[in-house]
Amino acid sequence: MRSRFDIRHYSGFFAITCACLFILYAPLIVVMIYSFNDSLSITTWGGFSLRWYADVFTGPESEKFKLAAWNSLSIAVMAASVATVIATAAAIGMIRGGKFKGKSASFALISLPIMVPEIVTAVATLIFFSAIGFQLGTLSILVAHIVFCIPFAYLPIAARLQGIEASYEEAAQDLYAGRWPTFRYVLMPIMGPGIVSGFLLAFIISLDDFIITNFIKGAGVETLPTAIFGSVKQGIKPNIMALSTLMLVFSIALVTLSYFIGKRGADPDTTA
Amino acid sequence: MTAPAVALKNVRKDFGTFTALRDVSFDIADNEFFTLLGPSGCGKTTLLRMIAGFEETTAGAIFLYGDEIENLPPDKRPVNTVFQNYALFPHMNVADNIGFGLRMLRWSDADIAARVKQMVAMVKLDSFAHRMPSQLSGGQQQRVALARAMAPKPKVLLLDEPLSALDLKLRQEMRAELKELQRDTGITFIFVTHDQEEALSMSDRIAVMSAGEVQQIGTPSEIYEFPANRFVADFIGETNLLAATVQSVDEHRIDCVLAGGETITALANQPAAPGQTGYISIRPEQLTLTGSKPSGDSLPGTLDGAVYLGTDTQYTVTLAGDLRLTVRMQNSQTGAVPLQHGGPVHVSIADHAARFLVD
Amino acid sequence: MAAGTGSGRTISSTFAPVRNYLLAPSWLVIGIFLLVPVLLMLVYSFLTKEFRGGVIWEFSLAAYDQFLFDRGLFGDDPPKIEWAYITIFARSIVQATGATILCLLIGFPTAYYIATRPTKTRAVWLFLVTIPYWVNLLIRTVSMKFLIRDNGPLNDALMGIGLFDSPLQLINTNTAVQLGLFYSYLPFMVLPIYAALERYNFAFSEAASDLYAPKWTILRWILIPVVKPGIIAGCILVFVPSLGAFLAPDLLGGAKTFMIGSLIEEQFKGNAGNWPFGAAASMILLSMVLVVLMFYARAQARDQV
Repeated sequence: MRSRFDIRHYSGFFAITCACLFILYAPLIVVMIYSFNDSLSITTWGGFSLRWYADVFTGPESEKFKLAAWNSLSIAVMAASVATVIATAAAIGMIRGGKFKGKSASFALISLPIMVPEIVTAVATLIFFSAIGFQLGTLSILVAHIVFCIPFAYLPIAARLQGIEASYEEAAQDLYAGRWPTFRYVLMPIMGPGIVSGFLLAFIISLDDFIITNFIKGAGVETLPTAIFGSVKQGIKPNIMALSTLMLVFSIALVTLSYFIGKRGADPDTTA
Repeated sequence: MTAPAVALKNVRKDFGTFTALRDVSFDIADNEFFTLLGPSGCGKTTLLRMIAGFEETTAGAIFLYGDEIENLPPDKRPVNTVFQNYALFPHMNVADNIGFGLRMLRWSDADIAARVKQMVAMVKLDSFAHRMPSQLSGGQQQRVALARAMAPKPKVLLLDEPLSALDLKLRQEMRAELKELQRDTGITFIFVTHDQEEALSMSDRIAVMSAGEVQQIGTPSEIYEFPANRFVADFIGETNLLAATVQSVDEHRIDCVLAGGETITALANQPAAPGQTGYISIRPEQLTLTGSKPSGDSLPGTLDGAVYLGTDTQYTVTLAGDLRLTVRMQNSQTGAVPLQHGGPVHVSIADHAARFLVD
Repeated sequence: MAAGTGSGRTISSTFAPVRNYLLAPSWLVIGIFLLVPVLLMLVYSFLTKEFRGGVIWEFSLAAYDQFLFDRGLFGDDPPKIEWAYITIFARSIVQATGATILCLLIGFPTAYYIATRPTKTRAVWLFLVTIPYWVNLLIRTVSMKFLIRDNGPLNDALMGIGLFDSPLQLINTNTAVQLGLFYSYLPFMVLPIYAALERYNFAFSEAASDLYAPKWTILRWILIPVVKPGIIAGCILVFVPSLGAFLAPDLLGGAKTFMIGSLIEEQFKGNAGNWPFGAAASMILLSMVLVVLMFYARAQARDQV
């Protein structure tokens, strides 16, 4: 029920919103559609087919893709796990550590990986690893991913923790729980949704990364983005569109998951 | 001779440059229902949190049944707290909430189950043991918080404005229940509130606090009838405060002169000397208003206004010297006396009702 | 200041005694693997280049000199201003600014429209804007390339409806890069503005309206000033990554659309690179970003007073 005098309504904003969503989705939808194209050429439509999906799994490049996917996933799981543990500890230290000297310096350090442009992080990390003679490969990628995943895991965890009243922990301590039981039985379950969101965000960020990985992957190690980038350099092939569509669906599944987790534990303090 | 339940010795608390408590010392006896009463920011909650162990003392010492507890963290102190917002763990049901402290104290599962059952029965929530806190009403959450804090059999129970979140009717019911619970269990209660009615109706003794200092400690009637100073008189109930100068002293009876020249005889609980200035405090309900001059002593004045309050009517009277008085009279008495707005009236003071307070 | 009235909103310090243990892992990991590397990068930018990639540990200003001056093939000509790299940086700034403005023009109305939906549909709209943010940036950029290439679907459509006779040459142009940046970081603009608008109290607008302010005046003088922190945050989140972007200029642009990101990347590829020069270019980019962030921090501090 919108009245003519609704001061919230500005004409044209709806049209711009639709345009915004169109811009965001058009390229993705076009690629999705063309991934089902039964034609060798990417320009002409040759009817519906799943052949490029089969090609991703069994075609000549399938071994490369499978290995890259395995690298991507295993690095993302490990990097996100480690980053989440570090970020959770940091969030508790920052938000439940009282006032302390160097709090803003500490926050600046934790958010440094977001502040520094990715390409600069990539350059700096490459220089560092080569200077100390660290072998470039899966391990160097993992270390770099842990570093830049920390702030992404930190933000949702800290936001959640800020919304939790300190009286829960005080009640636990008052009821004879030491510091660790207070965390284990009270704080962690209540901040759980924040931890899961932080993990998922870190996981996606690691999975998504191209620039840093590209700099420090060393010879022979590929993740999905670097493998796709390598293929695309020679032109967009239909199997890349099928692979992209699969990754897109995977991402959407993850967002949906995190959305529902976030929704379930939206307000920690609405106990009334 | 048993040691007091809680003894505070010269306790001080600073938050940076702000002093929340300055040099507080008093004892709370075993089995006592003791209330810390004061306006917000007076330091009462800080004091409670220091006893619980959530705040450290800047100076001074706190003793629990003779033992100094200053160096014990909250989880090592045999006191439990009922929090203002209850702080029921949202991810645990009622039984798990109540059993939490026992689990931390490593009671056996069977003992925990038995104690939880007993506590749930005590607060009359037998059928709610498996509900989550979010499925309970405010009053029910309040009872769970109480049961949870009492389950580990604390030596002292600390209650931080536990009734402030409840509506008026429920609050009045809970007052009676709390008092009864305290009497039955024999646990020492330390109750923090800013609501004087709550304090007067439940407490054995009250400590009135203001600006980080204890203004007066006493039973409810002592505090109401013999306020120690202007702050207490003003904060507890309503009162008329009139600037006055001491004329003559006869032990506790003091004759004072008001600004308008009238003399009033008042009681004082502190020694006073002629010529000293202070305040006369008289409760509005101790004053009577009449249209014609009564037989005893009275003060002449002008009626400025009347506010109808149901059982009572509250009058505003201006005396000579532009002194204002509030008079409260039951409506059954005044029905017969027609008082004219703006007209002359006479105010008489009940015997022994006036108090002289040094500022 | 009632610091200790303890109603639960004071600064909590339940874990204060173990604070340093909790913070140490993040300090160490980020300190060793990012802060130290950035400092090392600064050092590298003042070293002499090694021809196979890498450096010789000898102090040199060559990297910065090369950035600013052209001294001929053998380095002994009188120095002239070298415009090539300055142009690349200038282009990056222009592109990033353009992308930020475009994102703001589309992003603000979108965020506003979403924030004024009823709670139920609002979640759906927000969800729709969030999804692309989570989709792999490389895939999104590749999709854009696929869409706008010379004989791609966009040109098919434009020619199909008779708007153009011949394909629109978009790919390898600055416009394509601009479009790519805009498309990449659009969700970054919408989300913070939405967050600010969600907290906006529409009673302000109503009060202004009651005091005879027309709608667009309310928008300009009441609403936008109140949600300004969100708008600035959105602009920073778009501008900073756009400035150092690599994928959009690399995939959608060509030699004439070179941006800082590509310039830096080139210095570290294979044996032809120049590490000190790449480190110097990175340092310049980082300094630019830090200036922007400092401006932001100051603006934020001012808003909070």
